[in-house]
Parts: sequence; structure tokens; C-alpha cells
Amino acid sequence: MVRLITHNLLACHVKGCNTNNFPLEFRDVQIELREAEFNPEFLKGFMPKIEWKALVDAARQLGDTSLPLEQPEMLDDDFLKNLHHVLLEIHVEEGIMTCPNCKHDYPVLNGIPNMLLAEHEIG
Amino acid sequence: MSRPELQAPPEIYYGDTEAKKYTQNTRNQQIQANMTYRVLELLNLPPDEPAFLLDIGCGSGLSGEILDEEGYIWTGVDIAPSMLEVALEREVEGDLFLQDIGQGFGFRPGSFDGAISISVLQWLLNAETSHPTSSPPHRLNRFFTTLHSALRNPSRAVFQFYPSSDDQIQLITSTAQKAGFGGGIVVDYPNSKKAKKVFLCLFVGGGGTQQQVPTGLQGEEEDDSRVRFERRRDRERGKTKKGKRKSVKDRDWILKKKELYRKRGKEDVPLDSKYTGRRRKAVF
Repeated sequence: MVRLITHNLLACHVKGCNTNNFPLEFRDVQIELREAEFNPEFLKGFMPKIEWKALVDAARQLGDTSLPLEQPEMLDDDFLKNLHHVLLEIHVEEGIMTCPNCKHDYPVLNGIPNMLLAEHEIG
Repeated sequence: MSRPELQAPPEIYYGDTEAKKYTQNTRNQQIQANMTYRVLELLNLPPDEPAFLLDIGCGSGLSGEILDEEGYIWTGVDIAPSMLEVALEREVEGDLFLQDIGQGFGFRPGSFDGAISISVLQWLLNAETSHPTSSPPHRLNRFFTTLHSALRNPSRAVFQFYPSSDDQIQLITSTAQKAGFGGGIVVDYPNSKKAKKVFLCLFVGGGGTQQQVPTGLQGEEEDDSRVRFERRRDRERGKTKKGKRKSVKDRDWILKKKELYRKRGKEDVPLDSKYTGRRRKAVF
């Protein structure tokens, strides 16, 4: 159940991996679409936290091109619906997330990413 | 039985059977629900704003279910795979992560509007290996520093936990303060053995004004957990003014017994008199 909303917040936390550790890259993913309740207030509140480029890239990689490349100034209803779909309805069920910097693999099994580190990777 | 955190590390203690038991026990569900509501109260989020919360040690999603009901969007982390499996079966709304909180989080700064955690912190206080990164102070430090940066400014994080000594509270609060948090310990029902609950209430940033640590609830909780007639039994077992126990075989008791024997037709039941039930003189 990695949704893009959490993927957009997730950076690598391996020891010493402090720069260029975001966003994690998806590989070999299987996605599932599940409907969620539309909540425009939440989306508006969440907008400032989004790293836009990472979100659009991840969405395109998962086959959703409904979002514009540039973050729009005006938040109309259509845009919010698209954003809602991308953020909260696309679930990554299986796959691997890789840190672009240290190449650590975080496997996603059954929708749950395994974020455990080996002893030498703990900061 | 000793505390669960002393028996095995969490990912082993909460195996398949224990995870099921823990989740299906209705008493446990009730306690968890009450604590979650109280923690949300202490979190003091602005009303009418759907917040994005982090549930630390979400387990099988007992607390997450309440977050769903209250309309929060949340993300949960836990170290026990069996518990997360139960959470998947129960179809909670939040995203789940298999993560050791003692290893720290990788969330971007300012990701969450708040964090809650029910009955988790005590699990961080045991060292599983002799490696320096698994010592409790190191793990706590890593946990609190990464959590501090993952929270928005200003925001709060509230933890309910079961400390077994004052030293543990001391260690936890001092580590949290070093990580940059303000706040402190809130104790509900401090004088009650059963209803007593310890909360760690941490603040990120002051937002210009100093945030106040909320006060704990006082007084005795009306307790559903006691057997209903226990009080009467206590009273009946009552003591005399001197503090000695009242003798059970007093005059009333003897009269009652004699009456009973007569009714049953027993012969040679002594007559009642003013001397009935009195002690004899000491003859020797």
C-alpha cells in the first residue's frame, strides 16, 4: 500500500546517505487502483508539502499522465480530482524502491515496503 | 508474568498467534481505543483540518482504525510483520511500513502534521545485540532526531507508554530534549494503580508562544474493570473500630443457628437467654 503520497515523502535513511537520496526509484512494480474518499480540503493543505517534480515523474513512471509538468497556480476541481487520484488511489503492491544515491534496495512485498537496515547501515 | 518487552524483541514476541490474540481481545481493543482518543486530545490538532499523521508502532491498526473514523490521513510504521499482516487483513486506510523505529525514519523534513504512538516506547529500552547501534540511548536518539525533522513546525507528537522505572522516563525525556523537542510527561490518574497512564507530550517549535504541557486527568476513573459487588464484600468483611476483624460467630450468628436447628426438629437445642453468646469466665 505504498501510495504516491507517502512515496513523495520518503527518502533513504541509510547511514551517511544524506544528499540526492530522494526520490526513491521504482523498479518492477505492480500497481493496483483502489478508490478513496475525495477530500479537497486535505489536498489543498497538503499541496505545499509536495515535491512536484518527483510526484509527476513517479506518476508518469506508473503510467499516469494526468498531472501537468509545472505545478499550477490555480487549483480547480479537475486538477484536484487528478491529484487525488495520483496521490491516494494508486497503490504499489509489489516491486523495489532504490535509493538514487547509495543504491540501497527497499523491497515492497504485499504492499508493505521493508525499510529495515542492516547493522552497518544504521546511522 | 513479566513484561512483554523483557521476553523477546517485538518482531518475535508479536508473532502470528500473539498478533491475532492481541487484536481480537475486546478488552485490549477497548483500552487501545480509549488511549488513542486521549492521545488525539493531547495532540490538540486544529479542528476541521484533515491532518496527515504518523502512527508509530501502528501494529494491527487498532489505533489506525480510529484515525480513519476521525477523518485523518495517516501512515503507520511497525517492526512486527505479523501485526502488519493482520492490519492488511483488517483493511485499514493508511499506508504501512515495515520499519525499526530505532533505526530512524527517512521521511522528508516537515512531512507530518503530528505523530501518535500507543504502547511502543518501552520496546526501545532493551538492547538486543551488543553492537553500539542497538544500545537504547543510541536508538532513542536516532528515533527522536529523525522524528523531529519529519514533523512540521509547529506540531506535536504524543506517545503513550509503560515505563518501568523513573530512570527510563528520565532517559526518554532527556533524549527527546536533546533532539530539539519541548514538552514533557503527562500522567493521567496518578493515584490509581489500574487507570494510571503515562503520556510523553512533545512539541516541535513554539510558534512564537510557548506551548503549555497539558495537565493530566485527576481523580478516580469510574472503573469498569472492577467486579461489581466487590465493594460490598469489602464492607461486609468490615473491621471493628479497633481495627481488629469482627468475630464471625457472634451472638446473632448463634441465635440464627439455634433457630435453624429448632426448625429442622433437632432436639436438645439450648434455650435462648441473656447469656447466649457470652464468653465464660476464665476459670483457671
